[in-house]
Amino acid sequence: MIRITVNGQERQVDVPEDMPLLWVLRDELNMTGTKFGCGIAQCGACTVHVDGAPTRACQTPVGSLAAGAKVTTIEGASGKVAEAVRAAWQKLDVVQCGYCQSGQIMSAIALVSANTNPTDADIDAAMDGNVCRCATYVRIRAAIKDAAQSVRA
Amino acid sequence: MLHHLLRQAALPVATDSAPTGVTGALRELAPSRRNFLKTVAATGALVVGARLPSPALAAGGAPAGIVGPADPRPHLFVIIAPDNTVTVLAKHLDKGQGIVTGLATIVAEELDADWAQMRGAFAPADSKLYGNHFFGIQGTGGSTAIANSWDELRMAGAAARAMLVATAAARWSVPVGEVRVAKGVVSHAASKRSATFGELAQDAAKLPIPQNVALKAAKDYTLIGKPGLHRLDHASKTDGSAVFAMDIRRPGQVTAVLARSPRFGGTVKSVDDKAARAVPGVIDVLTLPVGVAVIAKNTWTAIKGREALAITWDDSKAETRGTDQMLADYRKLAEQPGAVAANTGDVAKAFASATKVVDSEFVFPYLAHAPMEPLNATVALNPDGGCTIWAGSQFQGVEQMVVAHVLGCKPEQVKIETQWAGGSFGRRATTNADYIAEAAIIAKAYGKAPVHLVWTREDDIQGGRYRPLFLHKIKAAVDANGVISAWQQRIVGQSFMAGTPFEKMMVKNGVDVTSVEGASDMAYPVANLAVDLHSPASPVTTLWWRSVGHTHTAYAKEVMIDQLAKAAGKDPVAFRLAMLKDHPRLANVLKLAADKAGWGQPLAKGKGRGVAVHESFNTYVAHVAEVTVNDKGHVTVDRVVVAVDCGQVVNPDVVTAQMEGATGWGIGHALRGEITLTGGVVDQTNFDGFLPLRMSDMPKVEVHLVDSHERPTGVGEPGVPTSAPAVANAVFAVTGKPVQTLPFSRGGMV
Repeated sequence: MIRITVNGQERQVDVPEDMPLLWVLRDELNMTGTKFGCGIAQCGACTVHVDGAPTRACQTPVGSLAAGAKVTTIEGASGKVAEAVRAAWQKLDVVQCGYCQSGQIMSAIALVSANTNPTDADIDAAMDGNVCRCATYVRIRAAIKDAAQSVRA
Repeated sequence: MLHHLLRQAALPVATDSAPTGVTGALRELAPSRRNFLKTVAATGALVVGARLPSPALAAGGAPAGIVGPADPRPHLFVIIAPDNTVTVLAKHLDKGQGIVTGLATIVAEELDADWAQMRGAFAPADSKLYGNHFFGIQGTGGSTAIANSWDELRMAGAAARAMLVATAAARWSVPVGEVRVAKGVVSHAASKRSATFGELAQDAAKLPIPQNVALKAAKDYTLIGKPGLHRLDHASKTDGSAVFAMDIRRPGQVTAVLARSPRFGGTVKSVDDKAARAVPGVIDVLTLPVGVAVIAKNTWTAIKGREALAITWDDSKAETRGTDQMLADYRKLAEQPGAVAANTGDVAKAFASATKVVDSEFVFPYLAHAPMEPLNATVALNPDGGCTIWAGSQFQGVEQMVVAHVLGCKPEQVKIETQWAGGSFGRRATTNADYIAEAAIIAKAYGKAPVHLVWTREDDIQGGRYRPLFLHKIKAAVDANGVISAWQQRIVGQSFMAGTPFEKMMVKNGVDVTSVEGASDMAYPVANLAVDLHSPASPVTTLWWRSVGHTHTAYAKEVMIDQLAKAAGKDPVAFRLAMLKDHPRLANVLKLAADKAGWGQPLAKGKGRGVAVHESFNTYVAHVAEVTVNDKGHVTVDRVVVAVDCGQVVNPDVVTAQMEGATGWGIGHALRGEITLTGGVVDQTNFDGFLPLRMSDMPKVEVHLVDSHERPTGVGEPGVPTSAPAVANAVFAVTGKPVQTLPFSRGGMV
């Protein structure tokens, strides 16, 4: 049995230690908001926070998580920044197919939490690991700036 | 074999239209209002009733709650519930293009609903009730959805409104003509009475469907074409609650992954599955005609089990060439005349007297669709011999017929629960229901539990159904007056219609129209025009890819035009405008994009502007791109201006979003997108090899919509064709070298 803390709740899962956190979330805990996109940390669809840091769940063996590590998924993302990011995403109707957006939003929350006035270069650096095949990038950029502004206000 | 299943199924496709880009087909298909309403009434396709949608339905999720207890035939477009929600059932798949929002906008307008009460859900699979009027079966594609539903959903909304008004008038004993509806409230001013739709719905459902309803004039629209209507799926897609096929969890379901031949056309020779079966959690290994399926208790285990398989493949009928060899073969083929797609005037004579001749060869690589949600479907066998499928289903009509053959049941016993799809770009619409058929074959063979077939990204990138590799050879001349006097174009590339049920409709006299659309019918008037086509066969599977033939024909045409403009000493915009006198809508978007982009204004050294204009799917689009070419020859796309005329705009922000996305799609693949083969094996495996557009690649995009009350046309695809050639022409403006081989990375430009 492996113990992990997801969205503030302690969970026990009977899986091998090398099973990626992505599949633990999706297949064992039925938390399907975190998406499978590539499996090799090239697309960012599986981005979650581990102790606040954006992390690709598909390349994070569940056994590698430190004891007491706090995993936050799209379902559990909350607080001032998360609310501002979600509100901006909805205000600007960022989503198209929406499949990558859980990961985009988790990366954006991490960015705005660390930097409430990101430049275009900051956004490029923080978001280049998150692929959107619908190419909603124009709106993601605008939404991050909008969210950052409302966090600053 | 699967390829033949659909042929045997005698697919009842429409005979006079096509699933993709046949210019003019859509125009002929506008049904008369009166006949249409008769059809609606005859099938009972509109029901305003007391059916309670489930909470999932209200959130835009699975259409599980649509079947009312009194009427098990769920042939509905509009459900008005006592809780005052209005749910529009979308017969089209929403794969990001926003069609659920668009269809709901149409209904809400005629219904005079309040946008906040609108909901969306996917209709059940039923080609009789929910067929695409252009296809004859239920399916989404070819940017047809809005054009298809424009009449039927306005009718549905107007009929529902009339029923609500009649109910209120009867309840209040007032004349029907005095009852008003606005923003979801039905009212009678003189008696100061009002009611919500929800309060009237149950009684309204008892009325007959009106046989004749008036539709609004465009000047009276309050929702259609107006800003401020948010997408119906924007909340569920920002909190993780939207359900995609990948997220389906049925009781007892198992996960399957399938080992397919690494070479197209290869088959299983022998399998050693001992190691795979020894992986804890692997339930079964099934050797099937489609490959070797590993069934496990979860996805990770299934993938590990597959890695442990030792399979020997029979490549005797497989493609063993690499793409370099295929291209060499194509060049050889291009030395011979092909099947004639266009032949006007006398090209040979015109060239004989020409003074300025431009010769070009264009190469377009195979391209994968790579939607963000990898292909997957869940199939549960039902006791009646049929099944239920949960999938991002795009061609429900085809899938029902193919799976019926797999299971030996009737198509109507194949139930499909359509889910939000994580992108498609054409990939989910196949003529043999490929991945859904695989899931059904595995579910049938396993037989013990619902099976969720998951493609990994590697399966997707290496799995074929690519935009075909294409070669274009174009020779064209301008005369002393700067007019294009001759144009000879030879196109070589696989036909993805040949051998499918669509062949009869799409391949005429040896010419697959999807290979030449946008070339043989180009808008520029050329007195001497010859376009011909070779369609070499290969086991490599190919498919339409967002904007189909226009992905390559528009690029070749528009890059060629800039070369000819230069040869003629003309400005690229002026050169095009002079040729578009008989094409006012094309000329208009060209002028609009050029004006908004500041065409002609000076740019800094190393920067350039390029333009392209094209019609596809009856929608007119122009792009102007601004690029920077640095001293190493690397290209950055800085800014893109798009102008689009899609007739009556239904939801302007959705149209704008489609233009933004299509621009990124076109440019991203032009920069780095290519699938190559070595010895028949695909070189790329994932997003580290098939390189997607990323945030730092994305230019600023400004979209301008033409104000029009022409019939609405589609916007999912038409933003693609002009995006890449506009960028190429901007590079040409800086470097003087036309970009004729894609992707740009081949030329060291990124």
